[in-house]
Amino acid sequence: MASSSSPRNRASNITGVPAHWEHFEHDADIGVRGVGGDPATAFEQAAIAMTAVIADPADVRPLHRVRFDCSAPDLELLLVDFLNGVVFEMATRKMLFSRFDVGIEDATLRATAYGEAVDVGRHQPAAEIKGATLTALDVHGREDGTWVAQCVVDV
Amino acid sequence: MDLTRLQRVSDFQWRIEPEGAMRVPAVIYADEALVSDMDDKVYEQVTNVATLPGIVRASYAMPDAHWGYGFPIGGVAAFDADEGGVISAGGVGFDISCGVRSMLTGLPRARIEERKQALANALFENIPVGMGSKGEIRLDDTEMDAMLSGGAVWAVERGYGTAEDLERIEEGGRATDAKVPFVSDKARKRQRREMGTLGSGNHYLEVQEVTEIYDEPTAEAYGLGIGNCLVTIHCGSRGLGHQIGTEFLREMAVAAAEFGIALPDRELACAPIKSEVGERYLGAMRAGINCALANRQIISHLTRGVFAELFPEARLELLFDVSHNTCKLEEHAIDGKPRRLYIHRKGATRAFGPDNKTLPAPLRAVGQPVLIGGSMGTGSYVLAGMKEGEARAFSSACHGAGRRMSRSKAYRTWGGRQVVDELASRGIIVRAPSSRGVAEEAPGAYKDVTAVVEAAERACLARKVAKLAPVVCIKG
Repeated sequence: MASSSSPRNRASNITGVPAHWEHFEHDADIGVRGVGGDPATAFEQAAIAMTAVIADPADVRPLHRVRFDCSAPDLELLLVDFLNGVVFEMATRKMLFSRFDVGIEDATLRATAYGEAVDVGRHQPAAEIKGATLTALDVHGREDGTWVAQCVVDV
Repeated sequence: MDLTRLQRVSDFQWRIEPEGAMRVPAVIYADEALVSDMDDKVYEQVTNVATLPGIVRASYAMPDAHWGYGFPIGGVAAFDADEGGVISAGGVGFDISCGVRSMLTGLPRARIEERKQALANALFENIPVGMGSKGEIRLDDTEMDAMLSGGAVWAVERGYGTAEDLERIEEGGRATDAKVPFVSDKARKRQRREMGTLGSGNHYLEVQEVTEIYDEPTAEAYGLGIGNCLVTIHCGSRGLGHQIGTEFLREMAVAAAEFGIALPDRELACAPIKSEVGERYLGAMRAGINCALANRQIISHLTRGVFAELFPEARLELLFDVSHNTCKLEEHAIDGKPRRLYIHRKGATRAFGPDNKTLPAPLRAVGQPVLIGGSMGTGSYVLAGMKEGEARAFSSACHGAGRRMSRSKAYRTWGGRQVVDELASRGIIVRAPSSRGVAEEAPGAYKDVTAVVEAAERACLARKVAKLAPVVCIKG
């Protein structure tokens, strides 16, 4: 459960590196990392990694759609704002999300998240996420043309 | 952590002299094994905190310190507002006023054993736990405001507990000067269905047995006797506190540069106490403290309801309620002179020693109860604040065992069923909504809490009073 390739694979068209997500270790909590062909895809993958902290994304059906926007002075804070937007929607709607469509333009992000209501028996949610943090926060393009978006989330 | 980078002051105290941008030294209280085991990030974070404006005396790390957010978890630092001192959202943490309270049931273990399964089931049914759980209590805007300014006092006024409870909570159950208008609509919205919920992660409700007494007179003053059982609750300010932390961390990260504060780590986001954003955060954070205090009070009430059904003779008196993610204005003596300082305790417990005038009369002679949560398999400790703690770290002590293994590694290492069965074979009943959640909280994922409290005692932060063994554990 520590990493996964995504069937929605925008990055592979550009670099040959499949879009994917993974977790990285932090003493008390857990790091989420998304990789994709552009920042938006990396953000989408990071959000799936965040869902995977709670439950297996494969068990979360994309039945309902939730839209939200955010903006920030730089890409790193934009990632934090985006993930915290997902945390807010999960917490207030009691939902989990397994698919994300993200568009980024002029420091503004428009997100559509697809998911369903938490079903404790089926999803077996391991923990709720308190918030995305600025720890190990990093958004950057790599030499192979892919983008990485990551931070630690507080569980 | 590389010990050669530290100066050994004693077997339980290590020091890093100011270098570079550090304004004060950093001090770590722990034995050699605990310090060696600490991540290098603790060194980095405890020294980074020492660079912040207005810091007084030293940046401290408790024996359970580990890698946190800007501040180490287990970090203590005091700031003087009149000397440009700062307040840091990261220095308080996302779960504002997360804390522990213990209630004395007056019941011996043998009595609990008679109805242990029924008790575990009833607690699990009546106390909302885990992700997606909803509380029965829904507050309209007016009641939300009243809760945020009243804390546990509000809860008692609404029938959740008694006035006697309030004497056993820090600040009498209410953080004064909470500024409710500074709590955002989003924070309120996150709280709408979460009053009286336990949460998840390392939060729990446990029935525990007193298995060892180390200090008879203090144990007697606390009402602790061998074989008697307590109920201990570990949780915080729920979604409201998390949202306040999220919003101000973000705002302070951007604002710090405007204040000319050079942050060695963005997560150290802070603002001068005497600034508009600093005052707004203080006001909102205090409302978050009140939310946590009200939440623990409501969960106590729900617990009392369960015990009233199964054990009519039980009274469940509150021993004490401590918070371990806070910033509080306190008076401390610096070079013999009293000063009012803003004490950040991130994953650290206030530990007032004997004769502290804020303690209720029955506790004043022996010092404040300091409640230390372990893992569900290894048990917990009750300590007492020591007079020496004032000079050590502004009367602060550790807060728990601290993880030694990440959540994902714990999940790869153990199965939830395996953990539940293993604990059941030792007479410990675990009830949790998620098998994976139990695996991630497996006893082996935590450090040895005994070593942590031994170090706290030897460093004169707090002394051991009693050891508690888990009997029933409700995990979020």
